[in-house]
Amino acid sequence: MQSARLILIAFACGIAPIAGWAGDIAQFRVAKGSVYLERSGQRLPAHVGTHLQATDTVVTGADGSAGIAFVDNSLLSVGPNSVLAIERYAFNSTTHEGAFESSLRRGTLSVVSGKIAKQSPDAMKVKTPSSILGVRGTEFLVRSSD
Amino acid sequence: MRRHYAALIASLVLGGCATSSQDLIVLLPDKEGKVGTVVVQGQKGKAVLNTAYAAARTTSDGGVQRGTASQSEVKDVFGSALAAQPSRPISFILYFESGNDEFTEESKQEVKRLLAEMARRQAPDITVIGHTDLVGPDPSNDALSLQRAERVKSILAGMGIPAERILTAGRGRREPLIPTAEGVSEPRNRRVEINVR
Repeated sequence: MQSARLILIAFACGIAPIAGWAGDIAQFRVAKGSVYLERSGQRLPAHVGTHLQATDTVVTGADGSAGIAFVDNSLLSVGPNSVLAIERYAFNSTTHEGAFESSLRRGTLSVVSGKIAKQSPDAMKVKTPSSILGVRGTEFLVRSSD
Repeated sequence: MRRHYAALIASLVLGGCATSSQDLIVLLPDKEGKVGTVVVQGQKGKAVLNTAYAAARTTSDGGVQRGTASQSEVKDVFGSALAAQPSRPISFILYFESGNDEFTEESKQEVKRLLAEMARRQAPDITVIGHTDLVGPDPSNDALSLQRAERVKSILAGMGIPAERILTAGRGRREPLIPTAEGVSEPRNRRVEINVR
């Protein structure tokens, strides 16, 4: 609710929260083995330079791993047999306010938090099927129970 | 008694995949050795991780157990994820000559270093961020800093960096490089920062 208001205010002031790339919030910087994106029910192959959108899900196969850099400089990477859903991403590049929620449904994840978590200690959350992580920075690892 | 029995069955059932039947969260030191904080909330318990290699493991009854992880366990479980980490973003700072659109001599060298760093990375993207000094209110500084960032974007695009790989941001007066009193005209704060990812 609060971040929806922030985004509205940002647009009203003519400052797009992610100016230039409508809907693109991150890019793959590393993609090894089988790496896919699930977007609106479709499965798309992911390569270095592929853009991500909020609500995309990243899936790696048994030989796969992937590294993603977000526009607030958060860095996320996943190991093999992983499913990582980006559930919410909003970043105001002027105020650094935003929200970043992701869910590791399976596999392993490494996180280096960026400007969103630095600005607002409760703005970044990582979920697994059995726990919720509140992130106040900066580097940590998560393995999700199967 | 009945609960112990249920726990025993659960542990037998889960025994085959004991190592992955629980969440494992590990806090790492950053490159400078500093650590942040992660709060792990389970169905029942909670753990606060705030020291290097502090670890939280979920238990079958929904609790969260706080402990530590060894470096070899981190390597075994997270080696692939860690190996796939993107390169760390790098920051460059550029200044204009006062009164015109030219970069200072030093900044021209910095632009060369920026282009070299981009060439080292595969399909890099950048954010060009304008900053102002502490003269004037937020709205006018936000607009001014965004204008500066847009100007640098068009210069970089003219050098051959694809415009769709360049984001711009106006940070206004929120992040002075040199802390000053209100209203101080400080040229070192009137700058453009570039994050390369």
